[in-house]
Amino acid sequence: MRWSDYIEPMSEDAALTERFEARVAREDKIEPNDWMPEAYRRTLIRQISQHAHSEVVGMLPEGNWITRAPTLKRKAALLAKVQDEAGHGLYLYAAAETLGISREEMVEQLLAGAARYSSIFNYPTLTWADIGAVGWLVDGAAIINQIMLCRCSYGPYARAMIRICKEESFHQRQGFEIMLTLCRGTAEQKAMAQDALDRWWWPSLMMFGPHDSESSHSDQSMKWRIKRQSNDELRQHFIDMTVEQAKVLDLTMPDPELAYDAASGHWKGGEIDWAEFRAVISGNGPCNRQRLQQRRDAHEAGGWVREAARAYAAKHPAP
Amino acid sequence: MTETLTPLWEVFIRARTGLAHRHVGSVHAADAEMALQAARDTYTRRDEGVSLWVVPSAAITASDPAEEATLFEPAKPYRHPSFYVLPDEVGDM
Repeated sequence: MRWSDYIEPMSEDAALTERFEARVAREDKIEPNDWMPEAYRRTLIRQISQHAHSEVVGMLPEGNWITRAPTLKRKAALLAKVQDEAGHGLYLYAAAETLGISREEMVEQLLAGAARYSSIFNYPTLTWADIGAVGWLVDGAAIINQIMLCRCSYGPYARAMIRICKEESFHQRQGFEIMLTLCRGTAEQKAMAQDALDRWWWPSLMMFGPHDSESSHSDQSMKWRIKRQSNDELRQHFIDMTVEQAKVLDLTMPDPELAYDAASGHWKGGEIDWAEFRAVISGNGPCNRQRLQQRRDAHEAGGWVREAARAYAAKHPAP
Repeated sequence: MTETLTPLWEVFIRARTGLAHRHVGSVHAADAEMALQAARDTYTRRDEGVSLWVVPSAAITASDPAEEATLFEPAKPYRHPSFYVLPDEVGDM
């Protein structure tokens, strides 16, 4: 390196970056028209679009039970919940679009298998109890993550999250109520609830992502205040909450190593099967191919509607 | 996939009569009528309002964040009532 490299005046970008970082540090929200580092923009586009895809793909495992819900009340609630997920996907796509990517581009990335969505939605919903477990555990885990994101430094993402969190709490409660009803029912019903917990517990823990020591994006995201708590902190919070809730249901946590650690005041469990996590996020979970195929089919089947709407709009321009 | 982009619309909701419409988000739709339908489905699932506006996003002109200082400064404290100190005997004014 030459001497002149050390004494070069601060470039325009460095000055802008400094100002940006100072704004983030004093909890100023960053808005779409504000200058932001390219890496911040890219990180947000990746994260928000993945979050949106998760909402959209997340409709599939639950949609599977709409026609078979045991009562009209359960059916109405499940329909409303799935409709909410669609809405949440739309809020999130809109937030990502403010960063300069089009809706069409994001949908294309999802359908091409180039974008990720939460690994949890690649597991099947085998019984009605799974709908209870998904609401209780999967939405429960999502809420913990989303509450943190309400304070994200990017304004449109934070605002979408606030709206989503308000709507999401009904999702978790309806799931828990399904579990509670089953657990207070016949021995067979209770066994069904236990089986659902057994199958959904570990994948739910994986939703928080790799351990902090393994997480590639975490440090920078914390510095930019996109995230405010680490994967392991959020996961621990979820474990502590869920263990207590399982007592109300009188269910057994499917982790023989799970024990209360008085020193830390937390419940400590066994290690997650990270090989399974890696297999699922790289496309080899139980339902990855089916989920993507269903999205592609739905998109293709809706093609004529988009085409007709465009043709009608072209024929009837606004006055 | 080479579909043309569907236009973007900004959505405003009047929560109750007597209140102003407030911006809540945006939707994509081919025309204004479909934008209203989409806005209803997306933003009013829980009795959020009694009236909706949709405006083409392209019709909005925004101020430049870089001009924030020149547009909105300096603060003029003498435009606020607290700038004028009155004796206590005057009471509420």
